[in-house]
Amino acid sequence: MNTSEVRQEIEHLVSTGEASGAERLLAELWRTEKTASAASFLVRQYEQLRPRLKLLPYRLAILRSFTVEPMVPLLRAAAFIANIDLSVQLSDFNAHTQEVIDPASRLYSFAPDSIILAVQTRDLAPDLWNRFSYLSPEDVRLAVTRAVADFRGWVHALRQNSRANLIIHNLEQPSLPNTGILDSQTDAGQRAAIAQINRELRAVCAEQTSSYILDYDALVARHGEANWHDERKWLTVRMPIASQHLDDLVREWLKFLHPLTGRIAKALVVDLDNTLWGGVIGEDGMEGIKLGMEYPGASYQELQRALLDLYSRGILLAICSKNNQDDAMEALGKHPGMLLQPSHFAAMRINWGDKSQNLREIAAELNLGIDALAFIDDNPLERQQVRTAVPEVFVLDLPSDPTYFARTVRECPVFERLALSREDRQRGTMYQAQQKRRQIEESITSREDFYRSLQQEAEIAPLRKGTLPRIAQLTNKTNQFNLTTHRYTEQQLLELAASPEWHCFSIRVRDRFGDNGLVGVVITHDQAEICEIDTFLLSCRVIGRTIETAFLWFISEHARARGAQRLQGWFLLTKKNAPARDFYSAHGLELQRENGNGSLWALDLSARRLSCPDWIRLTVLDGDKE
Amino acid sequence: MNAPLFDRVRRIAADVLEVPQEKIRADSSSENVETWDSVHHLNLVLALEQEFNLQFEPEEIDEMNNVEHILAVLERKLNHRS
Repeated sequence: MNTSEVRQEIEHLVSTGEASGAERLLAELWRTEKTASAASFLVRQYEQLRPRLKLLPYRLAILRSFTVEPMVPLLRAAAFIANIDLSVQLSDFNAHTQEVIDPASRLYSFAPDSIILAVQTRDLAPDLWNRFSYLSPEDVRLAVTRAVADFRGWVHALRQNSRANLIIHNLEQPSLPNTGILDSQTDAGQRAAIAQINRELRAVCAEQTSSYILDYDALVARHGEANWHDERKWLTVRMPIASQHLDDLVREWLKFLHPLTGRIAKALVVDLDNTLWGGVIGEDGMEGIKLGMEYPGASYQELQRALLDLYSRGILLAICSKNNQDDAMEALGKHPGMLLQPSHFAAMRINWGDKSQNLREIAAELNLGIDALAFIDDNPLERQQVRTAVPEVFVLDLPSDPTYFARTVRECPVFERLALSREDRQRGTMYQAQQKRRQIEESITSREDFYRSLQQEAEIAPLRKGTLPRIAQLTNKTNQFNLTTHRYTEQQLLELAASPEWHCFSIRVRDRFGDNGLVGVVITHDQAEICEIDTFLLSCRVIGRTIETAFLWFISEHARARGAQRLQGWFLLTKKNAPARDFYSAHGLELQRENGNGSLWALDLSARRLSCPDWIRLTVLDGDKE
Repeated sequence: MNAPLFDRVRRIAADVLEVPQEKIRADSSSENVETWDSVHHLNLVLALEQEFNLQFEPEEIDEMNNVEHILAVLERKLNHRS
């Protein structure tokens, strides 16, 4: 099918209401054609499909000093492909100061989930950009101070008036400094001045919750300043970016939107032959495969380095390869060019079976939803098979040249994270401990013996500054054991915890195999004598170990101590939270009512007491309100 | 008229201006296509730049307010390039 025929086919499917078929073709169209024209087409189709799809509504405001209108369809198209229904509001040109300061502005009445602040150096600091040669050191110092003060004022006002996540473009460097090569010979050059603004901007954001820097300067440099700009369009329509690079800025925005909306991969499943090394181990043998410091083996080492970086970011690695297990294990364990070791992989499926089936098994073994997996394979046919059989898996399109494998992985937005918790950094080793737990679980027949053998210790604590990022992260990415799937930003959590009617607790779990870290969150809301559980979630790695029972017991006792008569909570059904469905009924809460979204459960605190499993050693840290 | 070129332009114009392909004719213009406002015009220009991998001059962009003119500008630029 040519591109016009694909469009006709999609329009046909959309008009007959065949949403999943249309969705699949739209994704394929977008993969082959990431253009402004395909984006407009795609947005129009998705807008018609909207009622038939489960999309996440998300509101984004862009405050800008230049034309970004043409990027909006590209961004919305990419968001639709990630199942996000993005509404975008643009500020008027250079009206961001008024919009930010006025609490009644259209910016705040739009109630954005995220706000992008995109201001160019030449707009914010025209003297530094255009007239640097004429400035005295004192002028430069003043210009730097003024620019930083502007940023600080905006960030503070935004933070005061909105809970939205803030994504702030830093300032771009001039590629040809006003004083030429002289600029690099002193500490007081033009580039140094702009670098200082960027450094201080980073500090401004670090002081605030949910405020992030988009390194616009690095983005422009990465794509080449000489090609990035289209000076004629800047002068005529205030559009500084060349049409060939519009999508690059959009992709940078997506790197933020993916982690902010929880559209991320928690594990990357890799193929072996011609992906992790060059050649086929079963045919070429240990001597024959290409992997090492020289070309072409170096490309594969580069990919392995990128994978190691993901591993340190808390993304699990797994293997899915059609191979003889012995051949593959020998290469993985003994090849001198391997940077990854077998211990880096949390699961392996090395067999001749169907890859989509193997991916399902890997997800189950890792306790992850199938849509938490990403997959790389050099073979387009395998990729196609996986896309068709398990469309939830995020399949990366590896280019045919292995030199670009590493870059493809590093540019992929589903691996981006906005904060790294201690849990993230240790996730790989935690999963090794998990494998040991599973072995014990299989060898012990009684559940209770298994619980006892784990020697679990749990520590419950109210929300603190130090645990805030991890708690926000859990509310945003926990899908399976999550009763209500309410998502919160750090800022929202802070405000909520400051109110006397709200309580937010986290739970940290250790056992004989290691520290699982902070793995659960409960948020409650007191309304007169009723304590309502607003959020109850547990990371998948501790599900099924009665931690949830201990946590619920604690919450009920805490509510009772505050004088509550009744503990109640909703179970709101999503595509993924079936593991939490029976939680309340299994713990003796009674069904109050049901509606289309879920069911409300309650416990009469004056009549009943829950119990805490005696095999868990529970500690409660004080400092209820800080 | 250059039919293959017209087909490509028509597809892009239909996508960007959010109308069915049949609605785009050689005499379609910002006067008679309702959605063809300044924002859509810029989107159309950028989409054409992406498709043909070229950049238009400011004068050309002003001139490209109907399909016939777009085709003329494109033919001129593409011939010049080859």
